[in-house]
Amino acid sequence: MSRTVTMTMAKALNAGLRAAMDRDSKVVLMGEDIGKLGGVFRITDGLQKDFGEDRVIDTPLAEAGILGTAVGLALRGYRPVVEIQFDGFVYPAYDQIVSQVAKYRYRSGGRLSMPLVVRIPFGGGIGAVEHHSESPEAQFAHTPGLKVVACSNPRDAYAMIQQAVASPDPVIFLEPKRLYHSTKAEIDLDATPPPLFSSRVVRPGSTATVLAYGPSVSVAMGAAEAGVEDGLDLEVIDLRTLSPLDMGPVHESVRKTGRAVVVHEAHRNLGLGAELAARISEECFYSLEAPVLRVGAYDIPYPPSRVEESYLPDLDQVLDAVDRSLAW
Amino acid sequence: MADPVDPSLVQLLTPEGERVEHPDYHFDGDDDVIAGLYRDLVLTRRIDTEATALQRHGELGIWASLLGQEAAQVGSGRALAPQDYVFPTYREHGVAWCRGVDPIALLRLFRGTDQGTWDPDEHNFGLYTIVIGAQTLHATGYAMGVQRDGAVGTGEPGRDAAVVAYFGDGATSQGDVNEAFVYAAVTNAPVVFFCQNNQWAISEPTTRQTRVPLYQRAAGFGFPGVRVDGNDVLAVHAVTTEALQRAREGSGPSLIEAFTYRMGAHTTTDDPTRYRHSDEVESWKLRDPLERVRAYLRRVNAVDEQFFTDVEDEAERLGETLREQVRALADPDPTTLFDQVFVEQTPEIAAERDEFRTWSASLEEVAR
Repeated sequence: MSRTVTMTMAKALNAGLRAAMDRDSKVVLMGEDIGKLGGVFRITDGLQKDFGEDRVIDTPLAEAGILGTAVGLALRGYRPVVEIQFDGFVYPAYDQIVSQVAKYRYRSGGRLSMPLVVRIPFGGGIGAVEHHSESPEAQFAHTPGLKVVACSNPRDAYAMIQQAVASPDPVIFLEPKRLYHSTKAEIDLDATPPPLFSSRVVRPGSTATVLAYGPSVSVAMGAAEAGVEDGLDLEVIDLRTLSPLDMGPVHESVRKTGRAVVVHEAHRNLGLGAELAARISEECFYSLEAPVLRVGAYDIPYPPSRVEESYLPDLDQVLDAVDRSLAW
Repeated sequence: MADPVDPSLVQLLTPEGERVEHPDYHFDGDDDVIAGLYRDLVLTRRIDTEATALQRHGELGIWASLLGQEAAQVGSGRALAPQDYVFPTYREHGVAWCRGVDPIALLRLFRGTDQGTWDPDEHNFGLYTIVIGAQTLHATGYAMGVQRDGAVGTGEPGRDAAVVAYFGDGATSQGDVNEAFVYAAVTNAPVVFFCQNNQWAISEPTTRQTRVPLYQRAAGFGFPGVRVDGNDVLAVHAVTTEALQRAREGSGPSLIEAFTYRMGAHTTTDDPTRYRHSDEVESWKLRDPLERVRAYLRRVNAVDEQFFTDVEDEAERLGETLREQVRALADPDPTTLFDQVFVEQTPEIAAERDEFRTWSASLEEVAR
């Protein structure tokens, strides 16, 4: 009999981390305020109490230090799972991630590995001040030696965090912070999840393909539902993995629909949408009825929160892009 | 927690409001000056409590309270000369007050209307910096500029300038802060590193950041460090005055550790009951930065009771004004954001601005 629990994404990540720690005593969590406080989003709530201060480490306030010491722990055989408090605070650690985490195995001629996970709450829509709402995924996806994934729902969050911890390679694990506590889902704790680095059709359709990940999946789904009234039958794909990309389901879908729209909160310029558009046009050129269109943020820094709603991609913009694709 | 009678702690006014002597530091102002500092403390606290209340009512997105740190900020802020320059964190509301920044400008930022609208060069008070510790390097670089401008060690009144970097105990772990110490030391920059050790970096006590008292770190970098009772406005003023003078005369950087306490939450989204005991908070209430000044002023009959009433009335009016101002704040026109990215606008962003304008107009059309 399978065990089924209904949880928010925050609880699902907590349960996933707990399961990963139960499974492997080398898994250690590191980050600012992740101990007694349980992290500012409570993702590690109760874990220090149950696993002790050696395995759930409240680090000094220094992100480069968190990543740098995680590298050392990984070299010693541990599996660090580090929490960066907010997306905009990852940059002090960026050097360690790009120059060390990403290149260690390569530098060692394949002898050493770097099995660590960097959890980053990302995206906006929570009314926060500067540096708390950013979408830095492309900067990591652009870095050879890093794998990048993003969860979009509690069920995936529960499975993907465990798969990321089990991965022998470094994984940047992006969590859509505005969905942490928003909706619950039923999770079968004993189900076999799809592979970590796989994309998935979350809504089949025929009119056009909408590609999304993380927080934009719910936007895409909202658009698909709203589009039904107008006779649109959108296929929505949750990419889940941003590097490597899993293009199989994407190509298959676009060959069927002939149209693709990419949605992300990150800036359009050199965002994931650019890579997806290039790959789709390379592989599906003769199936395309219109160019791949992108719905993303304007190329300005994240705005003050009072106007963030007009900056974040919404379902109207997705439907507008679909209309433009259809009118091509 | 440090021993309250720690001999390394510079104190000139006890929590009971008694003046005490210190061999190296003296507060030079008279009782009128102390009454003025008291007014600053009360008004600063009022700005803070008003902002916290406004956040609770949904008028601000978030607020970072300075409750408990008023003396550290007012004491240092009032030691500044007009030509000195401040690089704050996001909690320096009391320093902002001393620099003449309209408090509504701070509240606008925390409402989410903008990210800082005061003119830093009008007030010699930089923009709030949220990424922890980054501003300490900016302050050091600014001080290197002051050196190059020949505004150090001339002895001309009003010319020699110092730069103050504010930061907290948590920030002392950051690479940026340690790099700032290195740069300031080797360049002998006219910068004062003013660390408000409020004992907590969100949920982490200072013991997660350091094994030695923070002021002692300075010695390793090659400049003096001092620990001052951060809840004693007179001692903070005296210690800061001395450090600023050192910087201005060309004797280089120094570190001040203002030993204080964050009485409230890290921000309004934080819940400190999860990680600290109320008896610690209670014990710090006995060292309140305002009470001791009030006790002193009463003890020496420096002011009459009307003075206290007037200050309270002024605080009340300030609170009312802030409430009205916040409620009247309009959201910004997002179109303007596109023009504040670069000095020389790019065709791409200009095109996105036009795209945004067209899109917004089409939405209004639909709404109509």
